[in-house]
Amino acid sequence: MVFLAVLMLSVTGHPALAQEQQAARLTDTAQVDTTALLEPELVAPATVGGISAEDTPDDAGKSITVSWELSVDDTTGKENVAQYIVLRGTSSDGPFDTAGTATAGTNTLTDGQVENGIDYFYKVIAVSSTLLPSGEELSASLPQDLYDAARASGQWYHEARTTRILPWVLVIGLSILWFIKAAKKGRELYVRPIAGLAEVEHAIGRATEMGRKIVYVPGIQDMDNVQTLAGVTILGRIAKLAAEYDAQLDVPVSRSLVMVTAREVVKEAYLSVGRPDAFNEDMVHYITDDQFGYAAALDGLFVREKPATIFYMGAFYAESLILAETGNTIGAIQIAGTAMPAQLPFFVAACDYTLIGEELFAASAYLSKEAKLLGSLKGQDVAKVLILIAAIIGVLMATLGFVNISGWFRV
Amino acid sequence: MKRQVPLAITAVVGIVYIFQYFVPHEPVSKFSDWFSDWFAIIQAFAIWLGALNLMKLSAIKVARRKRDWIYSLVTIISFAIIVIVGLFFSGGTDFQVRGTRFMYIYDNVYDPLSSTMFAILAFFVASASYRAFRARNKEATMLLLAAFFVMLGRVPVGDMISAFMPEGLRFSNVADWVMNIPNMAGQRAIMIGIALGIMSTSLRIILGIERTFVGGD
Repeated sequence: MVFLAVLMLSVTGHPALAQEQQAARLTDTAQVDTTALLEPELVAPATVGGISAEDTPDDAGKSITVSWELSVDDTTGKENVAQYIVLRGTSSDGPFDTAGTATAGTNTLTDGQVENGIDYFYKVIAVSSTLLPSGEELSASLPQDLYDAARASGQWYHEARTTRILPWVLVIGLSILWFIKAAKKGRELYVRPIAGLAEVEHAIGRATEMGRKIVYVPGIQDMDNVQTLAGVTILGRIAKLAAEYDAQLDVPVSRSLVMVTAREVVKEAYLSVGRPDAFNEDMVHYITDDQFGYAAALDGLFVREKPATIFYMGAFYAESLILAETGNTIGAIQIAGTAMPAQLPFFVAACDYTLIGEELFAASAYLSKEAKLLGSLKGQDVAKVLILIAAIIGVLMATLGFVNISGWFRV
Repeated sequence: MKRQVPLAITAVVGIVYIFQYFVPHEPVSKFSDWFSDWFAIIQAFAIWLGALNLMKLSAIKVARRKRDWIYSLVTIISFAIIVIVGLFFSGGTDFQVRGTRFMYIYDNVYDPLSSTMFAILAFFVASASYRAFRARNKEATMLLLAAFFVMLGRVPVGDMISAFMPEGLRFSNVADWVMNIPNMAGQRAIMIGIALGIMSTSLRIILGIERTFVGGD
């Protein structure tokens, strides 16, 4: 029995002894190859096909758009592609340098680092990445690749804008011009009344009766903003009425160029009604370019001088509510007009009358009552009808799933 | 000539701006950039007109001791301090680098004042809302209800008090619906009108039909 036990032990080894020997083998790094256990298997992604390169359309040149078919390994479930590398060279044999990279799932790249009139050759390779325990990213590159050539050039007309935008511009522009012409010939044109503009004369008369001034705020943007242009244009009409009513006018501005322009406009307005003696160039004065400095100065002016009437006509930002609420506090009648959608609610809440969006641009025509200016408003209405029809058709078609016509207007 | 030249310049620049939108090829596509650069340069020089006008009027008010002249004195002194410190005591062209005397004034005087003005908005929003959100008529009542749902939907307590309701009727979802559907529709309609108004105004100015901005009728 003893012999058999010894024999068994010698063949199988004593259990405890075997375990110790096993542990020794495993911990003996000099003898055990652990890298095979830790190093992951590297797999190259499938070949990228369908590479094409062409001049980027509708631009000034110096740009080529490269596109390709996604690698079959760049799909849900496989996801063996980390990114695509686009290489560029001026010869099919190279050398190539990196034009750019695109993330997995992307199949185009616009290369804006090229010159016009030179042939460029492109290669696109897909790379995968495997994270090593050390934290470094290992890229396994594709063994073979395809290439294509292209040449960049500038276009003399923007095809997308010319075919999709220009027809609308022409239709709207011509309808405006047609109605202006019709109005000049004496045709009667109806325009709906706007409450804020109907009250302008009353507001100016109120200031005259109370012996207090009118403050006109033309916004806080410069003369390159169309809302400021509209505001300065309306100022001319308001200044005429103020001159006729002999009301004091104060125009504090936030931009130097606006000061210069507004001063000229007010001066001409006073001259046109035969009141050059009542004009004083200090009526239009500069405060500051700073938004809240301007708001603080105007608030101080409102509280100290308590104007009877305040006009806000132009582009405004966060200071709109500060100004309008202060004006409301002192009991002034306030008429505002802006094309900034975010500020309209504040003016509506705090002012007596508000011109919303396009009404600001129509105000000059309304106040002048000139036929040719009123004609332009009718032309706008034609455009609105066309846009309304297009919107209804587009909504119906999109709802019924026929075609997404919004792409027709993408430029 | 005083009006014809500005009107001619306006017409030419306006037409070029429209033209370059449809022609991407250089140098046509660069015209708008050049015009913008020229405008920025003129704007920078024109700041002197405004600053001198401000100083002139402030000085007259102080000299003649007009009403509230003390504010004009503060304006003149502040202007002088900032200009002198910025030009001579703040490292020349590096006056906007952190640690200069100019930036000390900016960080400790201008910034707090500007923030204070901005913070006043919080109180003005409350007072304007108090006046605006009253059920005087049908439209005002709808405005009040919309404001009610949006305000409650934007704070955590709104979902807490509407937790018993189906998910779609909880205040946060109703608020999102109000902002994304009727509010967005209204905003888009206003923006379409604005775009048409801009187009019409621009056409009138470019063609010289609207001349008030150059002092004409």
